[in-house]
Amino acid sequence: MRRFTLSLLAATLLASTASAGSIAITNAHIFTGAKKGEIASGTIVITNGKITAVGANVAVPNGANIIDAKGGVVTPGLYATGTDLGAMEIDQVSSTNDNATSSKTLSAAFDISYGVDPASMTIPVARKGGITRALVTPGAGSGRELLFSGQGAIISLADGQASLVVKPRAAMILELGESGAGRAGGGRGAAITALKADLEDVRWFASHRGSYNSGSSRDLRLSKPDLEALVPVVQGRMKLVISVHRASDILEVLKLAREFRLNIAIAGAEEAWMVAGDIAKARVPVLLNATTNLPGSFESRGATIDNAARLDAAGVTIAFLNGDGGHRAHESRYNAGNAVAHGLAYTTAIAALTSAPAAIFGDSAQVGTIERGKQADIVIWSGDPLEPLTVANTVLINGEQQPLTSRQDELMNRYKNLSAPLPPAYQN
Amino acid sequence: MKFLAAVSAAALLLAGCATTGDVEPPKPSGPNLDPQVDSNPFPSTYKPLASVPTALVGATIFDGKGGKIDNGTVLLRDGKIEAVGANVTVPADYKTVNAKGKYVTPGIIDAHSHLGVYAQPGVDALSDGNEATAPVTAEVWAEHSVWPQDEAFNATRRGGVTSMLILPGSANLIGGRSVTLKNVPSTTMQGMKFPDAPYGLKMACGENPKRVYGEKGGPSTRMGNVAGYRAAWLSAAKYAAKWDAWRAGGGKGDQPERDLKLDTLAGVLKGQILVQNHCYRADEMAVMIDIAKEFGYKISAFHHATEAYKVADLLAKNDICVATWSGWWGFKMESMDAVPANAALIDAAGGCAVIHSDDPVLAQRLNQEAAAALAAGRKLGLNISEAEAIKWITANPAKMMGILDKTGTLEAGKMADVVLWTANPLSVYALAENVYVDGALVYDRDNPKLQPKSDFMIDRKAGGTE
Repeated sequence: MRRFTLSLLAATLLASTASAGSIAITNAHIFTGAKKGEIASGTIVITNGKITAVGANVAVPNGANIIDAKGGVVTPGLYATGTDLGAMEIDQVSSTNDNATSSKTLSAAFDISYGVDPASMTIPVARKGGITRALVTPGAGSGRELLFSGQGAIISLADGQASLVVKPRAAMILELGESGAGRAGGGRGAAITALKADLEDVRWFASHRGSYNSGSSRDLRLSKPDLEALVPVVQGRMKLVISVHRASDILEVLKLAREFRLNIAIAGAEEAWMVAGDIAKARVPVLLNATTNLPGSFESRGATIDNAARLDAAGVTIAFLNGDGGHRAHESRYNAGNAVAHGLAYTTAIAALTSAPAAIFGDSAQVGTIERGKQADIVIWSGDPLEPLTVANTVLINGEQQPLTSRQDELMNRYKNLSAPLPPAYQN
Repeated sequence: MKFLAAVSAAALLLAGCATTGDVEPPKPSGPNLDPQVDSNPFPSTYKPLASVPTALVGATIFDGKGGKIDNGTVLLRDGKIEAVGANVTVPADYKTVNAKGKYVTPGIIDAHSHLGVYAQPGVDALSDGNEATAPVTAEVWAEHSVWPQDEAFNATRRGGVTSMLILPGSANLIGGRSVTLKNVPSTTMQGMKFPDAPYGLKMACGENPKRVYGEKGGPSTRMGNVAGYRAAWLSAAKYAAKWDAWRAGGGKGDQPERDLKLDTLAGVLKGQILVQNHCYRADEMAVMIDIAKEFGYKISAFHHATEAYKVADLLAKNDICVATWSGWWGFKMESMDAVPANAALIDAAGGCAVIHSDDPVLAQRLNQEAAAALAAGRKLGLNISEAEAIKWITANPAKMMGILDKTGTLEAGKMADVVLWTANPLSVYALAENVYVDGALVYDRDNPKLQPKSDFMIDRKAGGTE
């Protein structure tokens, strides 16, 4: 029995090694994810889950498992940002919300990675939409008074993993502008002042742990876990994503980043186009929602759907931000299509969905482009991926074909035929 | 007769010279309190903007009825659609628009909008959509909250939206009257009001009312919700009967006391006001249908209705439209089972499917949401044409709003509410190039002079243009 089990295991291993070992995607219209990366008709070879060759004139290795893309569009797996994938099942069912805290003592220390559930129903829906990797970020947390939202995590959407988390504590999230002012007790003057004081405290803490531990600390506003969490931020080792909207706030944030030598990205940034030159000069990337174009608040009166195109023209690196948490992450590709309809170069839009977020979050050695050496996170589409009429036909993560069914598919199939003899509950 | 003329002359004299003191002023008669006599106290002042006879020539036309015409022509004249077809001759005096390679559809209709009542910017001072002070507020009218300076009117017009149903929010069991607006810039709400569109009544099932009132005296459960609707309809039936009896008696005796709340509910029972019912769950829709039968009214549409596909046959049988999304799901417990092919499954069951927005961002791209719904349906194996999917954002919303006889399709004699698209509107790259409302060019993508901006945005010269 034991022997049988072992040999079965060996056979399974062999089979998976063979299929993961060598795959060739042929006749592919490849968008590599690099800024001008397009191969009108090419081949991608995958061995052991990695891309080993890509190009117009690449030979298919003997014995490779061939996936004929039949001229279809092939892109890197999409890299979602601004999501709560796996950390929130139902927004208005608060017991399922692991995406934010309103703790009085934990803010920067809040670590979303502990709450990411690989069995979340949001994951298959996003994966069906071609999303293979995501930055899961803490949200606002209603009633929170402390400034920082907490730390985001990089997840992989590969099926069948015990944990989705590839890199916990991958970025620190902070909201300024109207929201930050509100948390600080009112007024931007309070928020920025409190923030600077906190950062000074963290610097002091990093170099006076002994005093702190022996109880001879100066007065510090933040809890010890918050101080610890912010040390890599003040040392420039952790990306600080600052959510901010108004042009003047963006300039203030750029100044702050210079002063404290912070490694920042700006998120939201509806009025970024007004100060695009300054952002480009500071080499700060911008995460933006492609379709936010309404003056939803006084701090976003300059919102325009041209934001992406104008920032790109000014030389700013952009990545698309998901505006609606995790459930609608699959819509980011058509949102990106709207940016293209309003002037953004197509390959830049693809980059903003793939390589740009990977680079911003220090993940580009692994994923983000279809290039030799990268992990084979690849999507084969039924058409142009930026079109809502298009669907993902094949999704590979680490070279493994992913299941493309969600509970939504199961529901649709169950209720598709309402005249079945037995009630729908018998339809599985 | 002579006597009457004399009185009128005296009245005129009084009006001209109120201080003569010679004639005793007649007693003011006061408003006629019968709700049926003056049922339109806030009449539309909408007048179509100036138009010229226009011919859109050479376009692919989706007619809103499920038909597609290649290389077709649409003629607009005097605010109406004059002709639609492949073999239409353009008269000499028409302004001709070369639409070769482009697409023409009826104006997009958003059947679930809060524009103006939840205006931009989203500050508390402009939060006027929910009169969340009592579970039944049939007496409030959304039109009295509409702020015409909401920049989202301009944004959605750029997305091809020509008419919309503005609803109160869903905090209440019965939230008040909706209003149908034409998407034209106006300083007053009345200047946008769709002439002769029936009123609607917003009702809401499920989580929202019980959440809002659970700790404010109830209802706090779904069964409490249902008791609330039924109690309201009972009062309305009694009120309507009282007025009917008074009228049947020739208006003699004391007039029944007028009640604004019951006026509206009685209007529903008389079939004059259409019920627009926010309801997510299949089982709750079935209960609402029974309530409608119990009190003898009709539900025009279930809104959001994310589980409509579970009872598609029941909804089709009862001729109830389903206004829903494609991509929205899981934001609350009752939307957990939302599926992307909901509209497509309703359509396939012979029902009336509508793609709505409930959101000023999505409202700018209802065509794309329809495309996503179509893609999901096709993935499921349903054979649905692109022209059919266009019905979900044109004719079908017009039907549930009671204005299909006036707009929603490209048919001779209807209002010339028309969009010329740069490409197939089911493509993400399609932009509305020209938007016509009653034949007038109200938005022109190539002419900055025809790109209106709200007062709120007037000092922003560079931003907010898209």
